[in-house]
Amino acid sequence: MLRKVLYIDLSRGESWSIERQDLFDEWLGGTGVGIRLLMEECPEGADPLSPAAPIILSIGPLNGLFPVATKAVATFKSPLTSELGESYAGGRLHLAMRFAGHEAIVIRGRAQGPSYISISGGKVLIKDATSIWGVDAQTAGMILREHEPGMGRRSIIRIGPAGEALVRFAGVVVDTYRHFGRLGLGATFGSKNLKAVVVSGTERAEVPDARRYREVYNRLYAKTVQTDAMEKYHDIGTSVNINVLNWLKGLPTKNFQLTSFSEAEKISGEVFADKYLFRRLSCAGCPIGCVHIAALKTAFSPHHEFEVRKVSYDFEPIYSLGSNLGVSSAEGVLQLIDVCERMGLDVISAGVVLSWATEAYERDMITPQETLGVPLQWNNVQGYISALEKIVKAPNEFYAALARGAEFASARYGGQDFAMTLGGNEVAGYHTGPASMLGQLVGVRHSHLDNAGYSIDQKAAKKQLSPEEMVDEIIKEDNSRGVFNSLVGCLFARGVYTEENIIDALGAVGIAKTGEDLHLLGKKIFDEKYKFKTREGFDLSRARLPGRFFKTVSTLGKVTPETMEEMLRIYRKKRGWS
Amino acid sequence: MGGAAVESAAGDAKETQAVQAATSEKARGEKPKKRRRLKVAHPERCIGCLGCMFACSRINTGTASLQDSAIKIQTRGGIEGDFVVVVCRGCENPPCVRACPSGALERKEDGRVVFHKELCTGCGKCEEACLIGAISLGKDGKAIKCKHCGACVAFCPHDVLELEEVPA
Repeated sequence: MLRKVLYIDLSRGESWSIERQDLFDEWLGGTGVGIRLLMEECPEGADPLSPAAPIILSIGPLNGLFPVATKAVATFKSPLTSELGESYAGGRLHLAMRFAGHEAIVIRGRAQGPSYISISGGKVLIKDATSIWGVDAQTAGMILREHEPGMGRRSIIRIGPAGEALVRFAGVVVDTYRHFGRLGLGATFGSKNLKAVVVSGTERAEVPDARRYREVYNRLYAKTVQTDAMEKYHDIGTSVNINVLNWLKGLPTKNFQLTSFSEAEKISGEVFADKYLFRRLSCAGCPIGCVHIAALKTAFSPHHEFEVRKVSYDFEPIYSLGSNLGVSSAEGVLQLIDVCERMGLDVISAGVVLSWATEAYERDMITPQETLGVPLQWNNVQGYISALEKIVKAPNEFYAALARGAEFASARYGGQDFAMTLGGNEVAGYHTGPASMLGQLVGVRHSHLDNAGYSIDQKAAKKQLSPEEMVDEIIKEDNSRGVFNSLVGCLFARGVYTEENIIDALGAVGIAKTGEDLHLLGKKIFDEKYKFKTREGFDLSRARLPGRFFKTVSTLGKVTPETMEEMLRIYRKKRGWS
Repeated sequence: MGGAAVESAAGDAKETQAVQAATSEKARGEKPKKRRRLKVAHPERCIGCLGCMFACSRINTGTASLQDSAIKIQTRGGIEGDFVVVVCRGCENPPCVRACPSGALERKEDGRVVFHKELCTGCGKCEEACLIGAISLGKDGKAIKCKHCGACVAFCPHDVLELEEVPA
């Protein structure tokens, strides 16, 4: 396996490749290598939108070789939180990087004018993107497809107008329907005048023992398709959770004022699957096909003339742009997702920013003058579309504040109690109990996927768990996911990749690891990330917990501030922090 | 989920050997009545996982490679568009064989086309001759020809591919 890092300097228009076997030996790949490179590359206190702040893309040793090892990770300084930025995307990028021969790509500097990077194997070109600057993310992808080599094995990642406008929660669209969504990588691209990166290659991935490789592959493949380890992602998909969480009183509704939505049935995964789903897609290398695509058919005249848009949906966008905004129609949710796709906005942050704004508007903290006449009201889809467009165009101070996220906007206009962020990041679609809150607060990237606290709460709903047991689970997930995210596997397949299976798969590609090695590595990756976070100003003892969390009943009943304080105290102690 | 019988993948590899054995000196003289041919039965069911391509390279070359796969999944108009499965359809009168100047592609009496890699000069005439683009040159500059072994069929989760028997 080639253990190379490709460096691209946009300011100087140069690129070069360095063999870094030691780096991959120590940090494995993916997020391990990503955080290490970020520590090397990012100067302390760098403005996340300055040329000094790097973008690191990395894959791991199992990508391209094993089923459902289908992710690439982006590591950067977040323009949203000003600390660790980390985001994962499926699609084909992991494969394209593997076959281009680059396990990690570091992008530095700032191009003089709109540019895109074309990587075809060892050939790296920085090209003019003036003609597609300002073009929406979907169209930009289509145009680049016509110009770039590698049909069928390439990956095209690009930003939309939101990234260009430096909206702090702009994402990067990956190969249509997948994203580096969270924490504002799109704004980092925009700040570098970088519209897109196209990657392709024709290398092959060699293994030391083909027979052993096939044996381990077959075993993991069988577990993926023949057991129920991944069935829920295959059938209705993640959106099956809309009904589930609604029943459990854990589905955030109208900016977390409620945890069950009276209209949830109308936007349930079952409704999407029965009425709108028309195809499912896979990331390359995954047999599951969890990417659910809806056909949104809208009449644009009374004479049976229609436009049809193909929109991908999942649980999180249906929460953030659906129940969280009181939107009670699947069409409305799909329209809002589609706007985010084209603009290149992170759907979770977009929805939570709008839900904060709606409540602030309802409470007269924001005036119609400030919204420029846009009615920010629950279930007013046209109003929300208009607001999203204005967030990108930032025609006044209010929309410019929204473009900086809910934390910033609420600090400016008030209503921090109901600005639903943890660690500065707009929260995911769960109010299941204290583990979800703590998990997102302490997680390295303040994401529900750092440690799946929501799942620990749901476990606790069936079998009581003490605060200490919950904290133990969170720490276990924090650490073990650092390893899994270094491979880089899809978290939906975490049931397939048991520790034994990870050891076997690594062995098959020539990397010998013991369980103990992996535990130590997981802890080390977590510590390295916290080193970066604290260096950039994150302070857990000063982290804000929005009061709304304590007022609204969760799956596990009302959470008290005392419970959270106790769990935080246990967490700190177990982490060895004073 | 569709019939991804993994055990049969190993079985198929064995069957591949059996097919190869059938072409050996020993088996000559006996006339097989049927040959196996890959059929793209339901292309519209494809989810783009590329499992078939990886199965092809993994089982036939022992590596993970898209370039070395004899079956190719392409998109028309990107992932928003439709997937296209490009693979040899086992023509009765194969233009690739007619175009091959070195005898590397040989049509057997039963209709199978056998590829003699050592005779391939990498001239690319076969690639030009095949309108559907099912034969191409690999990383080593030699043709990649589908053997109709069925390795890909076992790893298609949506029953896009089938192995059919056709009269010789």
